[in-house]
Amino acid sequence: MAVNDNQTFEALTFALGGEIFAINANLVREILDMIPQTEVPGSRPFVGGLINVRGKVVPLADLRIKFDMKQTPPTIDSRIVVVEIPLDGEPTMVGLLTDKVYEVTEIGGASIEDTPDIGMRWRPDFIKGIGKRRDEFIVIPNIERIFTSE
Amino acid sequence: MTDSNDPTQTFREEAAELLADLETALLSLEERPDDRDLLDTAFRALHTLKGSGAMFGFGAMAAFTHHLENAFDQVRRGLMAPNSALIDVALASKDHIRGLIEHPDRVNKEEGARLLDLMAKQTGAASGPTGSGTVTADKDLGTPGTWRIRFRPAPDALERGTNPLLLLDELRAMGSATVVTLTEALPPVEEINPNRCYLAWDIVLTTTQPRSAIEDVFIFVVDDSELTIDPVDPEAKRIGEILADRGEVAADTVTDAVGRQKKLGQLLVDDGAVTEERIHSALAEQAHVRNKTDAAKAVVPASNSIRVPAERLDDLMDQVGELVISHARLKQLVASSADLQIKSVTEEIERLSNGLRDTAIGIRMVPIGTLFGRFRRLVRDLSQDMAKDVSLTMSGEETELDKTMIERLNDPLVHIIRNSLDHGLEKAEERQAAGKPPQGLIHLSARHAGTQVLISIKDDGRGLNRDRIRAKAEEQELIQPGARLSDADLFQLIFQPGFSTAKAVTSLSGRGVGMDVVKRTIDSLRGTIDVTSTPGAGTEITLGLPLTLAIIDGLLVRVGAGRFVMPLSAVEECVELPVKEDVRHTGRNFLNIRGSLVPFIRLREMFSSPLPADPYQKVVIISVGERRVGLVVDQVLGDHQTVIKSLSQLHADTKAFSGATILGDGSVALILDIGHLVALGQTFEPRRNVS
Repeated sequence: MAVNDNQTFEALTFALGGEIFAINANLVREILDMIPQTEVPGSRPFVGGLINVRGKVVPLADLRIKFDMKQTPPTIDSRIVVVEIPLDGEPTMVGLLTDKVYEVTEIGGASIEDTPDIGMRWRPDFIKGIGKRRDEFIVIPNIERIFTSE
Repeated sequence: MTDSNDPTQTFREEAAELLADLETALLSLEERPDDRDLLDTAFRALHTLKGSGAMFGFGAMAAFTHHLENAFDQVRRGLMAPNSALIDVALASKDHIRGLIEHPDRVNKEEGARLLDLMAKQTGAASGPTGSGTVTADKDLGTPGTWRIRFRPAPDALERGTNPLLLLDELRAMGSATVVTLTEALPPVEEINPNRCYLAWDIVLTTTQPRSAIEDVFIFVVDDSELTIDPVDPEAKRIGEILADRGEVAADTVTDAVGRQKKLGQLLVDDGAVTEERIHSALAEQAHVRNKTDAAKAVVPASNSIRVPAERLDDLMDQVGELVISHARLKQLVASSADLQIKSVTEEIERLSNGLRDTAIGIRMVPIGTLFGRFRRLVRDLSQDMAKDVSLTMSGEETELDKTMIERLNDPLVHIIRNSLDHGLEKAEERQAAGKPPQGLIHLSARHAGTQVLISIKDDGRGLNRDRIRAKAEEQELIQPGARLSDADLFQLIFQPGFSTAKAVTSLSGRGVGMDVVKRTIDSLRGTIDVTSTPGAGTEITLGLPLTLAIIDGLLVRVGAGRFVMPLSAVEECVELPVKEDVRHTGRNFLNIRGSLVPFIRLREMFSSPLPADPYQKVVIISVGERRVGLVVDQVLGDHQTVIKSLSQLHADTKAFSGATILGDGSVALILDIGHLVALGQTFEPRRNVS
C-alpha cells in the first residue's frame, strides 16, 4: 500500500503519540476542541466513544490504539479532527483524536518514500508512506485501511 | 432528487400504482364479477396506462395495453363476462405490461404475442363477429374514419392551465377537421368571468388514426370535461349524427348543420315543435352523456393529494428531529431562568414543535392495505401452483405505518405467507380427514397496540411440529439435548439461519433462509416476533413494530456516568431493587413482581461501569410480548423525546444498542436494544430449569 504516484497533495498535519501524521486535507470536515464523549460499552477500544458533531452522532476513534502508542490524557492542545471516509461504500464521518493540530501544508510526491520493510513496529498496510519535511519524518497513514481492518 | 425531474421516472411511478390498482381490481372482479365499479377501475387504469405510456415513449406498452383495454371495453359494454379465464390472461398481461415499462428493451415478444392470442380467443369467443370487428377496426390504421367529437371543458379548465385551443390544434393536425364553437352556455357580458370557460366545441374529424389517438388528445382533461367521440355512421338515426354525417361533405354544411341543431334544441325548449321521437332521442342522449360523466365523477374521487419525492419527507423528518433536539436544549437553559416571558415562549415552541413532529410523522404514514393488497396475487398464484385451495382474508387494512417500514415489511411477509402455504396448510384431502373445511385460510390483520403496530399472519393449518423443531435444534446444537424450553422459546428457533425442518427443499421453501430474513428485517426495524401455534389448528405469527423509525418517546436512565434511553413503549414499570436482592450475588437474579418471577440484568455489570453503585438501585421492567426482564439502573431520569440516530458501521458489533440520540445538553446517549436485552434475560431461564 505504498504511494506510488508521485502526486503532491494538500495535507493536514497533526501530532499523535510523539509522531507527526499527515492526512489528505480533502477528507477533513472540521476540527473541534475536545468535547464530552459518550462511551459505548462493549465496543472496540479503538472506536470506544461517540461525539455530537452539529447534531450528528459521530464515532470517535483513537488511532494510538492501532499504532500501539501510549494513551495519554488530553491536554489543552488536544483536538478532534472530523474526517469523512467511505466505509462499505457509505461515506461515514469519524472523529480522530489528536494531540495537536499543526497546519495544512503541501506534501510533495517526491519527498514521500515507500514504507520501509524493516525498522517499523506498525502494520505496514496502515501506512501509505513516510514523507519528509525539513528535518522531520511525517507518517502518512492509510486511514481507510485502518478503519476497515479488524 | 434529480430523478424526480425525469418525466419518464414519474410515469414509471404512476404506472406502478396504476398496475397495482389494476391487479387489485382484477382480483376483486374475480370474486364479484358483477361489480361495475371494479370494472370501471380496471378499465380506467388500462386507459390511463395506454395514454400516458404513449406520451412518454412506451409505444410497445401502449399498443399492448390497447388490446387489453379493448377486451375490457367489451366487458364493460356487456358483450362478455369477466370470467376467470379472462382474469388469468389479464393478470398475466398486467405482468407483461410491467415488463414493458421496466425493461422496454428486453421484452419477451413471444409472451406478448401469446397473451394477445389468448386475449383474442377470449374476446372472440364471447362476443362473436361484432366484438372482433371492433378490435380489427381499431387496429386497422389505414382506412380513414370520420368522428364526431363534442368537447366541453370543465368551467374551471382555464384556471387549471388547460388551453382548449391547443387541443383543437392537435386534432386539426390529425386530419381534416371542422371545428364549430358552441356558445350556448355563454352568459351575458356583465356576468362573464374571464377566468372561466363557457365554450364547447363540436369537431368533425376525418383521420386515419384510431379512436384511441383522439382519446389521447384529451387524456389530461377527460376526467373533468364532457367529451363524446362517436363514429359518424351513415345509418345513425339521431339528428346530431345525421348532421355530422352531412358535414363530411362540406365544411359550410357542418357549420350550418350544427347551427340548425342548436336551433332545434331551442325550439325544443321553446315550444316542443319537434317530433316526439326527436325530443326523446335528444333527451336520451343528453341524459346518457350526463349520467356517464356523473358516474365517472363519482368514481374518481377528487384528488387532493400531491406526489412528493420520499427524500423530501426524509429531509423534513431530519429537520424536525433537529428542531426537537434544539428545543430540548432551549428547555434545559430556560429551566434555570426566572424570566416568565421566555418560559412562556418556550412552552409555545414546545407545543408547536410537538405538533410539527406529529404532522411530519403523519405525512409518512401509509395504510398497510397497500402492502396487504399485494399478497392477494401471491396467495392466488401459490395456491394454484401447489393445488391447494386457500382463501386469504384481511382485516385492519386501514392501519397506518411508516412508509419506509411498509416497504421493508414486504419481504418478511412474503416469506411468512409462503411458509404458511407450503408447510402450514394441508392439502384438501388431509384437511377433510382432520375434520376441517377443505379450503385453507390465511388471515392477515393489523392493529394498533399502544405505540406498536401488530401485524399477524394466521393460518388454520397443521401447526408447528414441536418435536421436529426440537430434534432439528438439538441436531444443529442450538439447544442442549433435553433442555426444557417454553413454546415461545422453541418457536423462536425457527428464525435461526439455516434452520428448516422441511424434509425436502421445494421451489417455495425449505432452505431455511426465509425465516432468517424475517428475523433480521424485523430486528433492524426494532420490532418483535411472537409465534403461537396449536397442533392441528394452525399457527399465528405476530410482528410487533414501532409506529415510526425516526422519533420515539424514551425513558432516560443513568448507569454509572453514562446515560441511556429505552423506548417508553417497552417500559412496564419502575421499582426499587430490594436491598436483600441487591446484596445477593449468588447468580440468582430474579425479582418477584406481584407473584411472577422476572429475571433482571445489572446494566452496570454489563457495561462494566467503574463508578460505585448508587445506594438505592432502580429496576426498570421492560417487556416484549410475553417476555419481561428487569434492567437495574442507578437512576431513572425521566422521559425524553428521542430522535433516533443510527450508529455507524464501526459500532455494528455492539448488540446492546440500537442507536443513539442527542440529549438537551448536546451530549450523546445510547438507545438500548430492548429485543436484545430481553433475549439476554431469557437465557437465564433455561439455565435455571436445568439446575
